[in-house]
Amino acid sequence: MTAIIDYGVGNLFSLEGSLKHIGEECVITADEAVLRRADRIILPGVGAFPDAIKKLENTGLVPVIKELAEIKPIMGICLGMQLLFDVSFEYGTHKGLGLIEGKVVPIESKLTEPLKVPHMGWNSLNIRKTGGILKYVNENEFVYYVHSFCAVDCDDSITATSVYGTDITGSVQKNNVYGTQFHPEKSGETGLKILKAFCEL
Amino acid sequence: MLAKRIIPCLDVRNSKVVKGVNFEGVRDVDDPVSLAKFYNEAGADELVFYDITATHEGRELFTDILKRVAGEIFIPLTVGGGINTLDDFDRVLKSGADKVSVNSGAIKNPALIGEAAKRYGDQCVVLSMDIKRVDGKFTLFSAGGRINTGIDALEWARMGQENGAGELVVNSIDTDGVKKGFDIEMLEEISKRVSIPIIASGGAGCIDDFTRLFNAVPGVDAGLAASIFHFREVSIKDLKKELAKNNISVRI
Repeated sequence: MTAIIDYGVGNLFSLEGSLKHIGEECVITADEAVLRRADRIILPGVGAFPDAIKKLENTGLVPVIKELAEIKPIMGICLGMQLLFDVSFEYGTHKGLGLIEGKVVPIESKLTEPLKVPHMGWNSLNIRKTGGILKYVNENEFVYYVHSFCAVDCDDSITATSVYGTDITGSVQKNNVYGTQFHPEKSGETGLKILKAFCEL
Repeated sequence: MLAKRIIPCLDVRNSKVVKGVNFEGVRDVDDPVSLAKFYNEAGADELVFYDITATHEGRELFTDILKRVAGEIFIPLTVGGGINTLDDFDRVLKSGADKVSVNSGAIKNPALIGEAAKRYGDQCVVLSMDIKRVDGKFTLFSAGGRINTGIDALEWARMGQENGAGELVVNSIDTDGVKKGFDIEMLEEISKRVSIPIIASGGAGCIDDFTRLFNAVPGVDAGLAASIFHFREVSIKDLKKELAKNNISVRI
């Protein structure tokens, strides 16, 4: 069973639907006991970092997530991935969960040409490390992104990138902890393959 | 590389997809859920659903259809039609929409764009505009293209971005349903004034119209059409192949 952490951020309709679609039992929950019972955990997220980390802290689940990350697979999606890092510079400086080394900065600060922000739409994946959640994904398959901030200084953990003026961190992994900047639940068949691989971990 | 998006638009009334010429004389086409599945398999990058019912019962039927689509199709869904309040945003987002398209509702209450952007994020708010040339000026129309608001459409686009819209749908009433190509001139003018993604709508008649669109106005991110896809006049697969051949980045 996969637990999707419910901390009042974002629309979980598609995520729940896509897990059901691939035959995975899932529960949307903020209950510590359910997280402990789950085989794996998804940390979703849409919106701004400061608000999200505050809401996550308010659930009291942060120490539980950190503890469980040692023993079972956890995947952050979009803002949920950004929360996994040490620090974000969205509207000030805010500490993240620190499960993966790196920081979250505005996309603009990385761009060398004037491109639209948010980075929104389908972009192709350049895979750096196969396996894990990318087990069933081929080079150059497209995934759906919507974001204005991106993870940097995390080279050791990057498993795939997409080019948007520069290399944008697409997915990361450190031990049991996985993250995707894109939305697998909105990335068609490719996204479903990523969720399937995660559910097999 | 970021792909240009191809977006079929489904106007839904009384549980059926309909499409008219110049917004009048609508006729039934197909069941929205099966059409949505068909487009997903054909390679559509996103789907836009417009609820063109006006009754409460119609709204509920529409929300049910939306839930069924969102439960089976995992690509971005944009929903518009009858979006006038934050409660309307809430209703469709809870039924599985990823983005909400607001048109007449934003004309009646321009603050709606900013309030929705603040609550749900810019990426969620799509400002849809129906534009027609009146005395040589791009003019904003409301109520499905029936009412001339007298508002300068180019200024409205710029203000929409300033207020927090994350994307623009630019629909040319002059070219809509005519199938002679997108309104390149109008799209160029809008593109000069905003930096958010632009979805071009109105006028697609053949594959070449899309090639011309993306080549002529690099600031356009997506092409939207309805009837040519619904009546199988253009297949999305063939369209994308042709775009790729012309070095336009698409998801294949």
